[in-house]
Amino acid sequence: MADVKPRIKLDKKDVAKGGVIEVKTLVSHTMESGQRKDKDGKTIPRKILNTFTCDLNGKMIFSANMEGAVSANPYFQFKIKPAESGTLTFTWTDDDGSKIQATEQIKVS
Amino acid sequence: MRDAMNRRQALALGTGAVVAATLSLRAGPARAAKNNSEEAIKAFTRGKEPVRGKVRLELPEIAENGNTVPMTVSVDVPMTEESFVEEVMIVAEGNPNPGVISFHFTPSSVAEANTRIRLAETQNVVAIARMNDGSVFSDVRQVKVTIGGCGG
Repeated sequence: MADVKPRIKLDKKDVAKGGVIEVKTLVSHTMESGQRKDKDGKTIPRKILNTFTCDLNGKMIFSANMEGAVSANPYFQFKIKPAESGTLTFTWTDDDGSKIQATEQIKVS
Repeated sequence: MRDAMNRRQALALGTGAVVAATLSLRAGPARAAKNNSEEAIKAFTRGKEPVRGKVRLELPEIAENGNTVPMTVSVDVPMTEESFVEEVMIVAEGNPNPGVISFHFTPSSVAEANTRIRLAETQNVVAIARMNDGSVFSDVRQVKVTIGGCGG
């Protein structure tokens, strides 16, 4: 999992207090739903990224719990209203417990 | 020539099917859910009956590929420390499992999110928002799915 590089795009990294930043994230993952069958008719076990979190300085500000019905290579677009400058940490957690992580610095003035 | 005939027949059949589907939808009440989505919703709302409104679920009317259907959900409320949308759950009534995704919001986020979801077949998708005071709101959209998105 360590080789997965998520793509993060912020529409701006510097906002006035109360300002809104639009975040877009994309990460490569098959999101195996647990519904598909292989050619022998055996169900392919579910293996998805089940949680996504966006933290600001270690405090959760947006998160999502995913099920098998989220498309492969999960994409999110959401808006945050950061109260302070600092580090945004984006974390995706796999069913197998492994994590994919990325960070961005933002400034609130 | 034979091909053309077949195509025409196929088209005629296709149109017939669409008409039939539309008619049956109009005739009957809401389509029955194929999974235990009602229980999932009840658990989420803690037994409360959601009020229609405030939540806006945006989905295409027709999804050609059920594997990746763009979806936006937003809740029309100001987000403050005192009053904010805590969680929005998306439920697909015609998928093998009801749960699709749930978003957690905070006063430091805007109650709006966009992602891409899988829909197995033509069905209703429900969005339910729960505020921090426990009140619940909902919206529902029907999506016609051309090619299902759960692999088979």
